[in-house]
Amino acid sequence: MIEITHITKEYDGVKAVDDVSMTVETGSVTVIVGTSGSGKTTLLRMINRLEEPTSGEVRINGASTLSEEPYILRRRIGYAIQGHGLFPHHTVARNIGAVPQLLKWPADKIRSRVDELLDLFSMEPDQFRDRYPAELSGGQQQRVGVARALASRPDLLLMDEPFGALDPIIRTRAQDDLRRIQQRLGSTIMLVTHDMEEAIRLGDRVAVMDAGKLVQYGTPAEVITTPATRFVADMVGEMERPLRLLSLIPLSDVMESGEADGAPLGPEASLRDALSACLWTGRSAVPVEEDGHITGRVTLQAIRSRAELHK
Amino acid sequence: MRIGVILRPLLVAILLAMVLRPDWFRPVFEPFAPAGGPVIYERASLLSLSLSHLGIVALASLAATIVAVTLAILVTRPAGAAFRPLSRTITNMGQTFPPVAVLALTVPALGFGTGPTLVALFLYGLLPIFENAFTALTTLPPATMDAARGIGLNRWQRLIRVELPLALPVTLTGIRLSIVIALGTATIGSTVAARTLGEVIIAGLLTNNTAFVLQGGLIVGLFAVLIYDALVQLEGYLARRMGG
Ligand SMILES: Nc1ncnc2c1ncn2[C@@H]1O[C@H](COP(=O)(O)OP(=O)(O)O)[C@@H](O)[C@H]1O
Ligand SMILES: [Mg+2]
Repeated sequence: MIEITHITKEYDGVKAVDDVSMTVETGSVTVIVGTSGSGKTTLLRMINRLEEPTSGEVRINGASTLSEEPYILRRRIGYAIQGHGLFPHHTVARNIGAVPQLLKWPADKIRSRVDELLDLFSMEPDQFRDRYPAELSGGQQQRVGVARALASRPDLLLMDEPFGALDPIIRTRAQDDLRRIQQRLGSTIMLVTHDMEEAIRLGDRVAVMDAGKLVQYGTPAEVITTPATRFVADMVGEMERPLRLLSLIPLSDVMESGEADGAPLGPEASLRDALSACLWTGRSAVPVEEDGHITGRVTLQAIRSRAELHK
Repeated sequence: MRIGVILRPLLVAILLAMVLRPDWFRPVFEPFAPAGGPVIYERASLLSLSLSHLGIVALASLAATIVAVTLAILVTRPAGAAFRPLSRTITNMGQTFPPVAVLALTVPALGFGTGPTLVALFLYGLLPIFENAFTALTTLPPATMDAARGIGLNRWQRLIRVELPLALPVTLTGIRLSIVIALGTATIGSTVAARTLGEVIIAGLLTNNTAFVLQGGLIVGLFAVLIYDALVQLEGYLARRMGG
C-alpha cells in the first residue's frame, strides 16, 4: 500500500503539486491523468524521491520513503521515464538488465530474463539483444524502456507516459500486455498519461490532476458517470461518456441465452465492441463464443438498458 | 574515405622510412643542403629522437588529461560548482602563458633536460581537454541522466557507468587537439636540451642547413597528421556506437 499524505512540491513559490493525498492499494493499477503541466510527472517522481517534496510524506507499506538511501529505494521501484531515457552506449540487453545487474543477479539469470522480456514485447531476442538504442524505432525504444522498468520484477512500478510514442495498434497491444503482466504478477502500478481513454482502459483507479491538485480519485466508472468538476467532465468528453462507460463492461455481464447471427465475440470483449459490431453489420444481437462454443448472445436492447442503469 | 585508404598506409610507410632509413632520402634533401655540408642528420639516431619526442608528448598529455578530466569532474559535481570560475582561470592561464616563457622560468628550478618541456606541454595542454570534458559533462542527455538516477545508480556508479562513457567522444576531441599542439610545441624543448625532433630542426637553423629543417619538420608533421587521423577515427567509432 502506498500512502501519499498532503504532499506539495513548490518550484520558485509556484505549486507544481498542491496538497495531494491518496492511497494506492497493493496489486492495483492507478492511472494519474491530466493535461500537460498539471503536475503528474512531479507527483510520480516524489514517490521514488527523484524530487523531494516541499512538504508532506510518502509511505510504502507503512515505511516512510525517507527511511532509506534514495538509490536503494529506487532499486526496488521500477521506473519507466517519460521519453525512455535509455543508455545510448549500452546494448538493449544491458539496458534491460541494468537493475538486475545492480541487484547482483547471476549473469545467466539476467540473460534469460532479458530474452523473456524481449519476447513479451514482441521483439525477437536474437535480433534485438545486441543492438544499440539508436538502432531502434521510437516505439521499440519505448518498449525497451518499459522492459527495463519491469526487469527485476519490482512490486511497485512507476510509469510516466510509457506508451506515448507508440502507434495506436501497438499501443493497444502494449496496454493489454501490461494489464496481463500486472494481473499475473500482482504488481502495483502507478501510471501517468494525458489520455483519458488510456486511463479508463488501464486503471483500477483513476486520479485526475488539474493545476497541481487532485480533483477526483475513483474508479473509471465513477469518473465517467459522476465527474467531480467541469474539468473532469471535459476530460471524459460529454459525447464519449456512454461509449466510455460501455467499454468498461464485459459481455459476460449482460449475456443471455439464445441465438444470434454473424461473427461471435469473446466474453471479455466490451459492450462497446458489441454495440459497434451490431451497428456496423445491421444486427440486433451478437453471439458470444467461449472456447469455440457459442454460449449465448448480447442484444442491442440489453446494451441500451445497461447504458441507462447509471441514471 | 576512399582516398584515406590509399593515403594512410602511404604516409605511414614514408614516415617509417624517414625515421628508420634516413639515407634513402639523400637525393630528396640534397638540393637543400649547403654545398659540401651533411644532407642527413646523423648526430643522433632519428628513431631514438622520435621515440623520445613521442614519449615526452605522451607523458605530458597523459598528465594533462588526468588533471584536466579530474578537474572537470570535480567542478561538475554539486559540491564543486563554486570552483568553476577558478578552474577556468587556471586552465586559461596555462594556455595564454607562452611555452617558451614556461621553459625560461622552469629551467632555473628543474635544470636543463626533459623536465621544463614536460611542464610547458602539460600546462599548454590543460585547457582544450578541460573545456571539452567540462562541456561534455554539462550537456549530457537529461532523460538518460534522469533514468540513471531513477533505476538506482548511486553517484559514483552514475559517473563511471554513464557520465564518463557518454562524455568520452567530446573529451577525446580535446585530448586530440592537445596532443597535436604538444607534438609541434615539443620541438622547442630542444632549446633547453630535451631530446626531441626539435634537435634536428635547430641544428638546421644554426648551420643554415635547410635539409635538416625539412627533415625534422616533415617527421614531426607526419606524426601529427597520422596521430590526429587515428584519434579522429576513434572518436568517430565511439560516437557512432552511441548513436551520435
Ligand atoms: N525542475 C523543475 N523546475 C521548475 N519547474 C518545474 C520543474 N519540474 C516541473 N516544473 C513545473 O511544474 C509543473 C508541473 O510539471 P510536470 O509535473 O512535469 O507536469 P506534467 O507531467 O503533468 O506535464 C509545470 O508547470 C512545470 O513547468
Ligand atoms: Mg509529464
